[in-house]
Amino acid sequence: MEKPVAPAAREVAGDSYAGLNAGVWRLIGVLALIALAAALPFALSKYQVFELTMVMIYAIAVLGLNILTGYNGQISLGHGGFFAAGAYTAAILMHRYGVPYWATLPPAALICFVLGVLFGLPALRFEGPYLALVTLAMALAMPQLLKYFDTWTGGQQGINLVKPLPPPGLGLDHDRWLYFVVFVVLLLAIRVAANLLNGRTGRAFVAIRDHPIAATAMGIDTARYKTIAFGTSTLFTGVAGALSAIVIGFVAPESFSLFLSISFLVGSAVGGIATISGAIVGGFFIQFVPNLANDISDAAPWAIYGLAMLLFMYAMPRGVVGSLGPWLARWKRQA
Amino acid sequence: MTAPILELRSVKAFYGHSEVVHGIDIAVEEGGMTVLLGANGAGKTTTLRAICGMVKSEGEILFAGERLDRRATEAIAQLGVAHVPEGRGTFVGLSVEENLRLGGHTRRATARESMQRMYGYFPILAERRRQQAGALSGGEQQMLAIARALMMAPRLLVLDEPSFGLAPRIVEDIFTIIERIRREQKVSVLLVEQNANLALALADHAYLIETGYIVTSGSAKALADDPQIRRSYLGY
Amino acid sequence: MHQLLQQIFSGLAAGAIYASVALALVMIYRATDLVNFAQGEMAMFSTYIAWTLVNAGVPFWGAYLITLTVSFLGGMMIERVLIRPVENAPVLAAVVVTIGLLLIFNATAGWIYTYTVQDFPSPFPDRPIFGALMTTRDLGVIVVTLAMLVLLFAFFRFTPIGLAMRAAAQNPQSAQLCGIHVGRMLALGWGLAAAIGATAGIMVAPVLFLDPNMMGGVLVYAFAGALLGGITSPVGAVVGGLMVGVTENLVGTYLIASQLKLTVAFALIILVLVFKPNGLFGTAIVRRV
Repeated sequence: MEKPVAPAAREVAGDSYAGLNAGVWRLIGVLALIALAAALPFALSKYQVFELTMVMIYAIAVLGLNILTGYNGQISLGHGGFFAAGAYTAAILMHRYGVPYWATLPPAALICFVLGVLFGLPALRFEGPYLALVTLAMALAMPQLLKYFDTWTGGQQGINLVKPLPPPGLGLDHDRWLYFVVFVVLLLAIRVAANLLNGRTGRAFVAIRDHPIAATAMGIDTARYKTIAFGTSTLFTGVAGALSAIVIGFVAPESFSLFLSISFLVGSAVGGIATISGAIVGGFFIQFVPNLANDISDAAPWAIYGLAMLLFMYAMPRGVVGSLGPWLARWKRQA
Repeated sequence: MTAPILELRSVKAFYGHSEVVHGIDIAVEEGGMTVLLGANGAGKTTTLRAICGMVKSEGEILFAGERLDRRATEAIAQLGVAHVPEGRGTFVGLSVEENLRLGGHTRRATARESMQRMYGYFPILAERRRQQAGALSGGEQQMLAIARALMMAPRLLVLDEPSFGLAPRIVEDIFTIIERIRREQKVSVLLVEQNANLALALADHAYLIETGYIVTSGSAKALADDPQIRRSYLGY
Repeated sequence: MHQLLQQIFSGLAAGAIYASVALALVMIYRATDLVNFAQGEMAMFSTYIAWTLVNAGVPFWGAYLITLTVSFLGGMMIERVLIRPVENAPVLAAVVVTIGLLLIFNATAGWIYTYTVQDFPSPFPDRPIFGALMTTRDLGVIVVTLAMLVLLFAFFRFTPIGLAMRAAAQNPQSAQLCGIHVGRMLALGWGLAAAIGATAGIMVAPVLFLDPNMMGGVLVYAFAGALLGGITSPVGAVVGGLMVGVTENLVGTYLIASQLKLTVAFALIILVLVFKPNGLFGTAIVRRV
């Protein structure tokens, strides 16, 4: 009879495979993945590169949602709204004020962080379905507000943007250059998320999620951490939104409907809410499954999409990474 | 010894994936009171849960000739086994009377009569019949839990640590009522207790379980007189 | 003044529809601790079944009863087959499943019946009453909603099965120990909710006209109404639904920026919730330490 191992178990120092430490193997694996991802754009068509760029953008957005839902236990139906906020911040800065595309990211991050904190403060009072309603309101309000303040947002027609020029001398076209820009931001986002969630803040998040009363009794300022979780979460999603404006070159209220918020939530669930790599799985799901559904049935593609959602949840209720993780850990123990 | 109403043969029981009860044999005499003693974590509650189909088990569990071990919990209840679980299991959001009505769910024809009888045994419940069960004191909730179980007109009453968290005087009251009920209603009783003194005074037969194994069994008096048991479990 | 009263009354009529769907949401939440995001689409699908029957020549009330039965059984089947696998899974998995069901029902209805808007007959004549403040149809909708509430209340309070359902929802293990088949109670809850939803859909269709996207907006307001009233309270569902209906109507009429109607309506609802975070009639979600 084995003692159960905690899900985030790290290899014990001294675990050795083929002469190398497990930690070194992991580093090699990560570097290999990064190298692969960096080489891909040169092997694929421009459109495929664009699709992968969108995958990464969605991954950053879902990562934001994971921070809130997975690590902090609060369900949000409104992240599409924060995505929109980031997108429009970038679009307005570029269109009206001629700000270069890369300089729009910090303001978008800041504005979405502040929005998230402002949202998180009243949201502290709400639990479960009540919180879902409040975030739902955000998702519903955003398109209306965007259409209403049309002097700033261009109203129904939206804003057309000029695609940023890749720096000269690198021999890259628009799509490939933007792929790398987004790739770097994704790596940065993963790094920041990992540091945050593996450190004290992350532990506080998990404590608040699993045992809120005990957490308060231990002196954790629940309100502060919940608010930080909200703000950080919306920051990530807002940056993703800004990137989407840059990459697509166009923003309009229709693109940021309730369906987007739901897609993020589904992507998060399918990947695994309390994981970082699950966000990448989620990004793939959001980008490709609707198209696949269309290929399978053009009469009722959304029925196939819905069916895919059901099947994923039945097979892996904790998401792909969430379910595979413990499974891998068990396999490792038996080996 | 008359035919046992409940028999466990080589029963193993599991808590999750771990085996915590390792092949035990228990017999409960019809109309009698059998007590299962043991320390915390010995496997007492898991054994009771195995009887009621709440945990995975292996081996044979026979109740009045019927096999319980492959049945669902509600089917076992319908057969006439009433289980008062650890922590009472009262419906705290419902009233006292609603709790009793739920106990009578499987015996609706005689429910009204049974309820009057329960109010007779536990007058305090009659007083509080419209109150929310969650507002009752620990002792009152225990009485409610027992009354609810008896509403099922069971042939076997299974009690998991009824004395838990209660003041000694209340515990005595409750045990007196249990004994009275056993005699008057002709119910067989399987009792799990840490409070060995009172239990052994009332029971006919006793088992001692330690880390999942039955280490001693015999008449309650024999166990009460056994010096080693007295030292380890009765404190003198 | 007359206009204000008129808006309030037509708000009540719209609110009665939100209230019926909210009742179904509350029913499922009480039975299985889940918000059924597919409730609206299920109701829409039931309405299409009724429509098919009526078009085939079945008289209205016969079609209604058949639809009610089919929806009831369908709801039970859905719980048993599609929801049960995720009932003990993390909440988000169940949420995603209900959202998936929403998409499936919507797309399937569109595929079978196309997106052409259809007429649907109403059992109530559409005559103005109370000095043109309301129509008989509006009144009919309100009466039906209140009747459902009363029936549900009586069911839960006075019948053994209603009591068993409440027990199974509150404490499934103890309910089993009382001989109650918890799975059947859960299925029953979904069946009843589906029947309530079917009724709501049939009341909506004459007003909003029948098409696969008929219930989308209704669900959003019903959800808000259910929470405003308290997600565990049937009375709250009705009160909340009516309040949301009136608020939506008044905001739509008197707000200058009518494009922001949804935003303002929701802002007001959330404002109330800030003071009553469990809804007007809801009980706090008890946390055991």
